[in-house]
Amino acid sequence: MLASYTGAAILLLISTVIAVGMVVAGSLLGPKREFPDKMEPFECGESPIVSPYQRFSVKFYLVAVLFILFDVEVVFLFPWAIIYKKLGLFGLIEMTVFLVILGVGLMYVWIRGGLDWE
Amino acid sequence: MWIDLAITMVKIIFILAITVGFFAPVLTWVERKQSALMQDRVGANRADILGFTALGLFHIISDAVKMFTKEDFIPQGANRALHTLAPIIALVPALLTFAVIPFGGQYTLWGQEVNLVISDLDVGLLFVFAIASLATYGYVVAGWSSNNNWSLLGSMRTASQMISYEVTMGLTIIGVLMVYGSMQLTQIGAAQESFFRWGIFLQPLGFIMFFASAIAENKRVPFDAPEAESELVAGYFTEYSGIKFGMFFMAEFIEMVTIGAIITILFFGAWHIPFLSTATLLSMFDFLGDSFANLAVMLIHVGVFFGKVTFLIFMQMVVRWTLPRFRYDQIMKLGWKILLPLSLANVLITGIVILALN
Repeated sequence: MLASYTGAAILLLISTVIAVGMVVAGSLLGPKREFPDKMEPFECGESPIVSPYQRFSVKFYLVAVLFILFDVEVVFLFPWAIIYKKLGLFGLIEMTVFLVILGVGLMYVWIRGGLDWE
Repeated sequence: MWIDLAITMVKIIFILAITVGFFAPVLTWVERKQSALMQDRVGANRADILGFTALGLFHIISDAVKMFTKEDFIPQGANRALHTLAPIIALVPALLTFAVIPFGGQYTLWGQEVNLVISDLDVGLLFVFAIASLATYGYVVAGWSSNNNWSLLGSMRTASQMISYEVTMGLTIIGVLMVYGSMQLTQIGAAQESFFRWGIFLQPLGFIMFFASAIAENKRVPFDAPEAESELVAGYFTEYSGIKFGMFFMAEFIEMVTIGAIITILFFGAWHIPFLSTATLLSMFDFLGDSFANLAVMLIHVGVFFGKVTFLIFMQMVVRWTLPRFRYDQIMKLGWKILLPLSLANVLITGIVILALN
């Protein structure tokens, strides 16, 4: 069982070596000429006035919360889909109930405007 | 034991050679040439060696040399460690997903079973999703660590776009899993030997939705709001230069290959040739002897597989130069209000049809 992951582990090791090697090679081969104006973050030629680390739209949090909810539902669907042919009608009815509840949740978010971006 | 390890190493080297060594660099050239073609220009043809331009193919070499010898720029106030780590986090998952992608079937060569996949996991498709979604961290960390307004806006957009489309991407393949009853990519591929069992015929809606959400997941045009040049300079990699910038690009091109490969396996019959089963193909090469016949069929299947992958990559590029960029609210609307309900309906319809046919 664990042996089937050997190849993936070796690939992980090699690709990490490749990625780290590229970054190291890039920093060694390139020149280093620093002066204050150049080191400023890019702001279309101006010196940055505001720091980027501020509050941002709550919409992004909302999407993240919705993602967690719906992604967990999708995870429930995976094992069900694999053995669906064995479950037959029972599986279909069970999952229809589940999907209807999921759909009601989606409709609620939709009607409350949780999916609107303006 | 050792022979298995040796075969695994050969497969890993083959995969890395074909993705990092062939597809990623050549695709940068193909994309330039194809965009030139579609915009009625001549396109990349300036880089030359002793006067030979080779249709602009030397641009690949000059790109690599240029990226490695540019200054590695880290802006003032940026988090230096995270800024360096971000491209690594973005590139490694892109390569790692290939561990479970089969590029051929199973063959017997000189008494040795050869299964053309690096790790034949029974949770193959879940592995792809799990690893591919790790790349999100790379993009978010890149924008966050740059101390730049454009970068941060780009990475916020990236985060919410990628996680939105991950839900739809997961739901669209539920139908495929129901039809083939397996999550193991080798088994899904093997189940499509007969032409009319291909995923595209059994799950046409699933294919269209998966293709759309896969392009969105890879942040390519028309879903490239996270790096929209006209709005956000370059999005999350505004402050990246040299090879670190190149690594984000490489990750994007390698993910294009991944998307092509996954779609080929799920919807386009994997390594199978239409109306030509493996047994028929084997009997055609019977005169070579058993092992050489297997070898010939193996090479043909690998060629067919990568041919299909190349076609799907070309389709992604055609989409890029056909559609304009969507607005961000349109992207989110498409994901949550159209693709999500449609894919839920697809699951239900698939369930009813399978039950009716049995």
